[in-house]
Amino acid sequence: MNARTDWAAHLVLGLGVILFALPVWLVFAGSTQDAAAISRGELSLVPVLSGLHTYVDVLTRAGADSGTMPVGHLLLISFGMAMSIAVGKIVISVLSAYAVTFFRFPFRRSAFWVIFLTLMLPVEVRIIPTYQVMANFGLINTFTGLTVPLIASATATLLFRQVFLAVPDELVEAARMDGAGPWRFLRDILLPVSSSNIAALFVILFVYGWNQYLWPLLVATDPHLDTIVIGIVKMIGLETRTEWNEVMATSVLALLPPVAVVLLMQRWFVAGLTEGEK
Amino acid sequence: MERRTIFEGWWFPVALVLPQLALTFVFFLWPAWEAVMSSLTRQDAFGISTQFVGLENFTDLFADPLYRAAIVRTGVFCAGVAVLSMGVALVLAVFADREIRGRGIYRTLLIWPYAIAPAIAAVLWILMMHPQIGLVGKLLNAAGLNWDYKINGTQAMGMVILASAWKQVSYNFIFFVAGLQSIPRSVTEAARMDGARGWRRFRTITWPLLAPTTFFLLVVNLVYAAFDTFGTIKALTDGGPGQATETLVVKVYRDGVVNLDIGSSSAQSVVLMLAVIVLTSLQFRFLGRRSGS
Repeated sequence: MNARTDWAAHLVLGLGVILFALPVWLVFAGSTQDAAAISRGELSLVPVLSGLHTYVDVLTRAGADSGTMPVGHLLLISFGMAMSIAVGKIVISVLSAYAVTFFRFPFRRSAFWVIFLTLMLPVEVRIIPTYQVMANFGLINTFTGLTVPLIASATATLLFRQVFLAVPDELVEAARMDGAGPWRFLRDILLPVSSSNIAALFVILFVYGWNQYLWPLLVATDPHLDTIVIGIVKMIGLETRTEWNEVMATSVLALLPPVAVVLLMQRWFVAGLTEGEK
Repeated sequence: MERRTIFEGWWFPVALVLPQLALTFVFFLWPAWEAVMSSLTRQDAFGISTQFVGLENFTDLFADPLYRAAIVRTGVFCAGVAVLSMGVALVLAVFADREIRGRGIYRTLLIWPYAIAPAIAAVLWILMMHPQIGLVGKLLNAAGLNWDYKINGTQAMGMVILASAWKQVSYNFIFFVAGLQSIPRSVTEAARMDGARGWRRFRTITWPLLAPTTFFLLVVNLVYAAFDTFGTIKALTDGGPGQATETLVVKVYRDGVVNLDIGSSSAQSVVLMLAVIVLTSLQFRFLGRRSGS
């Protein structure tokens, strides 16, 4: 089409890339610099290689003034939370979508609508009563309390239902002719044909789990259960803090894992996100 | 739509949906029910007796100038976030849809911020805009702007809108790019033949054909701004200075968790639930129409 270079497009897109990369680069550069210099307002955009030891420091040492656990520990909790939520949501949603699409049972429609209702009730709108329910079950300050209540998922169930509805009848018939029972059908036919949807959903849900803030803030006050997101907000909330390089290193470590998951699985993620919402 | 081919038996499928249903009842429906119940009652000062008061909590709520101010503030905040993040995303998507070299790389570099947590976005912006140490904050002060979002409410509002919109651009970008790709090339080619270019082609061809995507994103962005930005606001300003950045969700949290005013907080929760129900129904009605066409 147009043989000339489209300078306008490169300019606009380049500015867009900088708009997102600059804050992260600045924080990375800052994390390698001297804390006192940053406090004096001498933050530079050029990282100092010898300053990389800050990462080793924050990973292994507890935050002295904020009372937070070492960042290594925070990352572990976040990783556990993100994995449990992503895997849990996928398992539970595959099972319920399988049930409502391939079986007939009493109150099938009602069950579907009840699951659908969860979309209307995000935790943000029921903060206090949810806390009370959690307290009744003794789930405050437990890893179970941190993860299990977030595993119910209307979005994932709806998505899998759509995928399962699109499975050709011939495939289902062929499986039945082979004498496949319900479990084998799920394992050998349905899961393989929906693998790209599962991959896409995994990215979305991992990011969702990793990025939780209000939920852990509500149900886990024990510092041993602090996630990296909770930890960094605690650190930045301290007016007296001077170790800015450590705050910055922690920020980089906090955003690296979910960004890596998105980048590594970008192909499935983008297709899954835009298809899932249809 | 229903499947023709099914398996026999009913206890097996019931066992399959049971975990999901149990979680939904215990952690979604029950708390929602409790919220409705306590929004209709009031406890005495010692929490000993509870009295049914009908809609009194709600009339009190809407008579409270602080609550009405929070509604207006949330509206301004949501509109700011939605317009800013969708506007930037649309411009980027239109240019990323052009046939240029390195298009794939540009897309990747614009998609990754999806993964950033709202609270982490706040931390990045604090480190950028901090009046003493932030690269931009320092410049603003050097320019004589008296920049300090911890003291100045308007600046604080600007900060939370910027940080919240910044984090949402990549999501909108992904959908606008998909929307642009679904516009048939024959349509844009025909417009080109007719001599429509640049802005005119965008206004007469692209924008109308993109309307379903835009409407869908508008609802998603309003929901995001209203509910998912709690982490951003909490970390950036904690609702302050004063109430300058206290959106409705931040207010529920402050009134309920910090000030332990259960009746009012529950009534606020119920109001927010109704808002989510309206927005979600809008989204799904519209989605049904789009997939039906």
